[in-house]
Amino acid sequence: MKAGTLSTLLSRGAIWGFIVLELIFFTVAGEFFSLSEKAFMDVDNMLLLFKQSAPIGIIAMGMTIIMVNGNIDLSVGAIYALCAIVLLDSMTWPMFDSLGDMVIPVSWALALVVGIALGALNGFIVWKTGVDAFIVTLGSMLGYRGLVFMYNGEQPTSHLNWTLVDFAEAQFLGLHTPTWFLLVVTAVIWWIMNKTVHGRNAYAIGDNRTAAVNAGIRVGPHMMINFMIIGFLAALSAVVFYSESGSVNPNDGELYELWVITAVVLGGTKLTGGAGSIISTFGGVLAIQLLRKGLAHIGADTETVNLVIGLILIAVLFLDRQLNIKGKEELKV
Amino acid sequence: MAGLTKHDIGQIFARQGILIAFVVFMIGFSIANSRFIDPDNIMGVIRSSAILGVMALGVTFVVISGNLDLSVGSMMSFSTIVVLDLHDKIGPFMAIPAMFVMTMALGAFIGFLVAYLKLNSLIVTLGMLSAIHGLTLTYSGGKNMDIADKEGTWFKIFGQGDLMGIPVPILLFVLLAAVLGLILAKTPFGRSVYAVGGNGVAATFSGLRRPRVVFLCYIISSFCVAIAGLLQASRSLGSQNTVGQGLELEVLAAVILGGASLLGGSGTVFKTVIGVLILGFIQNGLLLVGLQFYVQYVVTWVIIILAVWLDIAAKRGKLWSPIA
Repeated sequence: MKAGTLSTLLSRGAIWGFIVLELIFFTVAGEFFSLSEKAFMDVDNMLLLFKQSAPIGIIAMGMTIIMVNGNIDLSVGAIYALCAIVLLDSMTWPMFDSLGDMVIPVSWALALVVGIALGALNGFIVWKTGVDAFIVTLGSMLGYRGLVFMYNGEQPTSHLNWTLVDFAEAQFLGLHTPTWFLLVVTAVIWWIMNKTVHGRNAYAIGDNRTAAVNAGIRVGPHMMINFMIIGFLAALSAVVFYSESGSVNPNDGELYELWVITAVVLGGTKLTGGAGSIISTFGGVLAIQLLRKGLAHIGADTETVNLVIGLILIAVLFLDRQLNIKGKEELKV
Repeated sequence: MAGLTKHDIGQIFARQGILIAFVVFMIGFSIANSRFIDPDNIMGVIRSSAILGVMALGVTFVVISGNLDLSVGSMMSFSTIVVLDLHDKIGPFMAIPAMFVMTMALGAFIGFLVAYLKLNSLIVTLGMLSAIHGLTLTYSGGKNMDIADKEGTWFKIFGQGDLMGIPVPILLFVLLAAVLGLILAKTPFGRSVYAVGGNGVAATFSGLRRPRVVFLCYIISSFCVAIAGLLQASRSLGSQNTVGQGLELEVLAAVILGGASLLGGSGTVFKTVIGVLILGFIQNGLLLVGLQFYVQYVVTWVIIILAVWLDIAAKRGKLWSPIA
């Protein structure tokens, strides 16, 4: 075994080990503390867990690409809300009256196009101005949220289409529609990151941008495409979630960026770029959702979840650093 | 001004862009609505900006030292809730120092993680944002916190009182800005903050104790947050658990507007104050013109991007980024 293999294995498998630990803990603790008769490892409960992970999980896949690329996107929550409004509002536009239920794909397409456009705007600004993605998306997080409010004031936007609700609540092979979306997105993004030139280049740019430029990779377009992907995924997440709920408040999606980043970092993606895996992000998403459900299952107050997740995030960061100290590099600084 | 070339003018615009934009905004709003320039209105804006401003002063130190602090918003909620709760339990005299100790203990914990354990400040403070929010909710049990005797307590002087005709929040803000500005500009510690943020390795080799400087920056930041919490609690004498939610990003926006680089090593207290005032006056001006509060978000977005872009463009001498 080569040196470093063990720590690589540890850090790769850590998130799955953590999930197993969570499952064992909540199953055992549930026997003693839970008020409900149902076991935690119930099939229905687990299916629900997958379904509830979908909105955060779909965006987290996009955030993984962005962070592998060495950027960050704080505006996903606002994009999510804006696309949800476009989705629900466009179904009531008079010009689509004659379409009947065919309005659904049209509205979906509109929402997804808006998501891509908002992402593209972020990416374009990052590319052309050279301003750090953190600042650009911090600004657009405010700006896009402002657009959300300007669209419909402080009123919620509501429209229920029962065909759509039936579709969103349907189960195929036992899994809910949102779960399928999450799985397909995970598979596609995994394929992009591991099997395409674009994915390879994303890793290369995040790892060492100067080297990537010298190797002839066009950094700017790659970053812009990644921002378009995350915009698309934020829109897709909104489409999946709001098809079922049918009502969006202007504050919806706030703090989503924090949950998404937490999931991605739990999955072991480096903020500095160049390292990260889609499958581990999937693990990170599940781990967070398990924690939320598990704590509720053993009767802990919902507020405890924030405390625990925050501390776990810091602990992961600490462990990661301890595992990754290479020789004497640390001593220099 | 014989030797003033086109290039020099461009430089002046880029360097002082934020001040120029500020003046243009003020003139524009004054023309649009004469009430804008009214002294009462100006006082009102500064007064309502004071809480954000006090927090921005502390975050300026953290940002100059090359780190981030995203936890100030939830920390402010924490200190507000704690001081309101303790006010009725042990009286305001004891409640205020107790709240300062508890808030600064949180700041010390963050400082320890970032400075001595050298963990990434973005993730640490992101985690602490969530953790402190949970702590606040656990502390209050999720309920709103109110002072029983709202009329009789002298505690409200910090948020509502006047001293020589000037509201106390403004006095505190100005005083704190002056003290912290002097510390940053004129003391060896202030120099070391710039040195550590500008080039940490060089600072270490010059004999500066980098962890200690970073640690102290977080202590200063949490001290400012405690004051902001005091102002907030005293102004409203009752509070929700989420009173500071989202403020961390507004604070950061103000600091960035003031021209501090997120990479560290640049920024001043004075410029941060300008950044805070710009945000406050834009909000007020748009309201007076008759626009809703959320238009301010969009305007802030455009201003932040333009301000940082011009700053970077001036430094590299080219408007467009060299990224291929």
